[in-house]
Amino acid sequence: MLTVLLAVGILLALSLIFGAILGYASVRFHVEGDPIVDQIDAILPQTQCGQCGHPGCRPYAEAIANGEAINHCPPGGQATIQALADLLDVEAIPLDGDHGTETAKRVAVIREDECIGCTKCIQACPVDAILGAAKQMHTVISDECTGCDLCVDPCPVDCIDMVEVGVTSKTWSWDKPQGVAATSMNIIATDRKAEVAH
Amino acid sequence: MQTTNIFSFHGGIHPPENKAQSLTLPLGHPSLPKELILPLSQHIGQSSRPLVNQGEQVLKGQAVAINNGFLSSFLHAPTSGTITAIEERVIAHPSGLSDLCIVIEPDGNDCWTERKPLDDWRRISKTDVLSYLAEMGIVGMGGAGFPTQVKLQGAHKHPLTHFIINAAECEPYITADDMLIREKAEQLVLGIEVLQHLVEADQVIIGIEDNKPQAIAALNNALAQHNNTIQVAVVPTKYPSGGEKQLIQLLTGKEVPSGQHPADIGILCQNVGTCVAVHDSIYLGQPLITRFTTLTGDALKAPQNVEVLLGTPVKHLLDYAQATHKKISRLVMGGPMMGFTLNSIDAPIVKTSNCILAASKKELPAPAPEQACIRCGMCEQACPASLLPQQLLWFSKSQEFEKAEHYNLFDCIECGACSYVCPSSIPLVQYYRHTKSSIREAREAAVKSDLAKQRFEARKARQEAEAAEKEAKRLARQKTSTQKTEGKATETKKATPAAETKTAIPDESKKLKVDIALAKNKLKKLQKQLVEAQENEHVEEINHLQLQVTEQEKTLSLLEQQLEKMATTPAEKSTKAAPAPVNEELKKAKIDVALIGAKLKKAQKQLAESPDDNELKANVRELEKGLAQAQSLLDRLTSSTAAQKADTPQKASSKPTVNDDLKKAKIDLAIAKAAVKKVEKALKKAEELKAPESGTLRQQLQEAQQRADSLEKALSNPQTQSPATEATKSNASTDESAAQKEQIKKQKIASAMAKAAINKLKKRLAAEPDQAESIQQEIAAAEKRQQEADALLAQLTQSQDTM
Repeated sequence: MLTVLLAVGILLALSLIFGAILGYASVRFHVEGDPIVDQIDAILPQTQCGQCGHPGCRPYAEAIANGEAINHCPPGGQATIQALADLLDVEAIPLDGDHGTETAKRVAVIREDECIGCTKCIQACPVDAILGAAKQMHTVISDECTGCDLCVDPCPVDCIDMVEVGVTSKTWSWDKPQGVAATSMNIIATDRKAEVAH
Repeated sequence: MQTTNIFSFHGGIHPPENKAQSLTLPLGHPSLPKELILPLSQHIGQSSRPLVNQGEQVLKGQAVAINNGFLSSFLHAPTSGTITAIEERVIAHPSGLSDLCIVIEPDGNDCWTERKPLDDWRRISKTDVLSYLAEMGIVGMGGAGFPTQVKLQGAHKHPLTHFIINAAECEPYITADDMLIREKAEQLVLGIEVLQHLVEADQVIIGIEDNKPQAIAALNNALAQHNNTIQVAVVPTKYPSGGEKQLIQLLTGKEVPSGQHPADIGILCQNVGTCVAVHDSIYLGQPLITRFTTLTGDALKAPQNVEVLLGTPVKHLLDYAQATHKKISRLVMGGPMMGFTLNSIDAPIVKTSNCILAASKKELPAPAPEQACIRCGMCEQACPASLLPQQLLWFSKSQEFEKAEHYNLFDCIECGACSYVCPSSIPLVQYYRHTKSSIREAREAAVKSDLAKQRFEARKARQEAEAAEKEAKRLARQKTSTQKTEGKATETKKATPAAETKTAIPDESKKLKVDIALAKNKLKKLQKQLVEAQENEHVEEINHLQLQVTEQEKTLSLLEQQLEKMATTPAEKSTKAAPAPVNEELKKAKIDVALIGAKLKKAQKQLAESPDDNELKANVRELEKGLAQAQSLLDRLTSSTAAQKADTPQKASSKPTVNDDLKKAKIDLAIAKAAVKKVEKALKKAEELKAPESGTLRQQLQEAQQRADSLEKALSNPQTQSPATEATKSNASTDESAAQKEQIKKQKIASAMAKAAINKLKKRLAAEPDQAESIQQEIAAAEKRQQEADALLAQLTQSQDTM
């Protein structure tokens, strides 16, 4: 009887000690905020375009953390979906066409002689990439433009074009090789001859 | 002259050298081409900014473009002539893309601009010499085109142990540096002296491969005449001993740590071409406008080295070397290992073009098809950077960029040794290049997205701050206005010291106000619903209507309760603050009555259209009930107000309120009468149609009439009451108003009767079109009657209102 009581007592004491340690650790090493949201937010392209139906990238990151589908971000495209799938350990799904299609990187360009200086595009720009004042011509700082399209609709004279950012010699990158078996695999000379004979 | 120890580096290969063919002929000097194309981006870093305009005349050696930022360079006109264009032209780049170029049409005079050699370079400050070199457009001519002055400045940060001159030229086919040393050994030594003066290294070593005996001899000759401190280190021929890091390892035994520059371990490397260019600029005042380039390959009949003006199109050089264009299967700029294929022969020679290889099919066959990696490990054996090419291939293929970086992908010098030895013909370097550019792109995208995020958040913060400021201003305004009214209140308090209950009043009124706000909200909602219901004129929408009516009733009862509370409590508590809210409530109750009346009207209309609809009938009945409730509430309210008025006989100011109430009550009465009229009309219609429910309608009519009567009575009640309490007022005016009231009533009835007659006649007109004329006459007469009655009524009401 004593051994049983002793065993129970020891286990009880141990559980109390470990409980105290765990409790202390949860307070001492408490992580502020929701790190998964930050991680998702870091993957999203930060165009702040709202095509996902959320007012900015961070709200979408929060929505994903709460279980929304990961394929609502057209600017990020398949690469972002893949990265999110890897992060969240879910299956990568194709981009949801309802939210838009993946396009090449674009920037807004104001046809400056047509601009009437209404400042509507300035108010619409989520990243303050449009410069100008009331009744003065506006222009887009193309380096800061995320290509979100949000300035196009408010323009009363339709003087904003979305121009694809072409590849220059500075931004050009090497193609990926086509890989094994991309070309005819008849590398043995006699095979090639046989082919000609046919 | 001292001898130095030669160390070794890992890996390396021994491809066929193929250097002899371009050394058979002496140095060539091609004629002036038709046009010179100077790309603005011939170096690493920012593109230069043009200094000239189209159509401008330039002299040889005149600066045509200025450095655009820290890591950039000057450009000079290689000969005198006219600027014909500044436009996009195909440039020598692996992408085959176009870039902005200054195009010069030579005038053939080759007329120099004023040359200002820097003879006193030993005396003036080093910074001045560096900026002079920058103005002369000197960039590294080994391959990358790194602006020389930047490299020299970077070397200043650390005390230099070694200054290495790279004359190894390890790549097959290329002999430009070999020829340069043979031709300009003296200038080279002088150039090295200038650079050594600038960097002050402990040791100066020229590293040269042992396959250039003539160049080594020429160097030794020149050194013997000039300088004994410069050492010549002859290294065994092995590709890629000319790589900066490999040559450093060969000559010093030191390895440049991953991710660092040679300057970080106290070593500076310069190409021989750069040293000669430094000499030309310092001693002769000539900017960098020419360079030595090897023209070689089986497709050329006269392969040779040429001293060529920058901007010369490749086509011009091919013609000079008697190229058989048909034979060229691949045109390569640079060597066969590290060069890139040129897609256009219009591309110009730039500061870094050391070789044009016009290879025949036999010389440079198409790459064999890629096969699977057999893990032989030969690439690892060949890698001069001691990397694991096989691992890097896996990571590149599977796009695992992080792992590739972890395996030091960025230490790869893209020498091509691994691809060269690969038995499976895997284009390893191409994989690495692709992966590197993908990683760079991802990094740039990350930087950009971070910036976008920052800007977005800054904007959000700004907008919030603006909103908060606005709100604060609004609150401040509100505060000042309440302070003003409070100030007024205290003033009145002083004026009437008798009122001591006032401290309780603000609390009470506050509560009342909240209640009123709530009631107002509900009322608004109801009105909206009503509008909606009215918009939907269809019979199918009746159910909706009914629902809304019940809702309305509910809110109404709520309102009633609140009103009762408020009507009783303020009456007990205060003699001053209460009348206002009660009046408000009264108004609201009246609006409710009006709303229900309107609904009733509509329901009745629908009932007239479809008299058999039981639902409609029920609806009408309910509406009437609601109307009765509202009416009774209104009565109660009016009487309570009247009672309050009675409590305050000493206050003369209560008169206008009473008058207001009177007016309101009269409006209610008119509304009720209109309702009665409507029911009458419906009844008539039902009778005409001989509907069985005319009996019930009649009953309703009677009820409505009764209500109207009771309302009238209620109206006359306060009317008689208030004048009675107003001791100062004469009874005459009351009598007058009562008489007028009677008259109004009469006129109203007359008007209503006329209207009814008109309606009846109109219906007859519709039913009996053959008697149209006589009926129309009758209608006209009835309308006249009605107009008269209306006019009289309007007159009467006006006179009563002004009373």
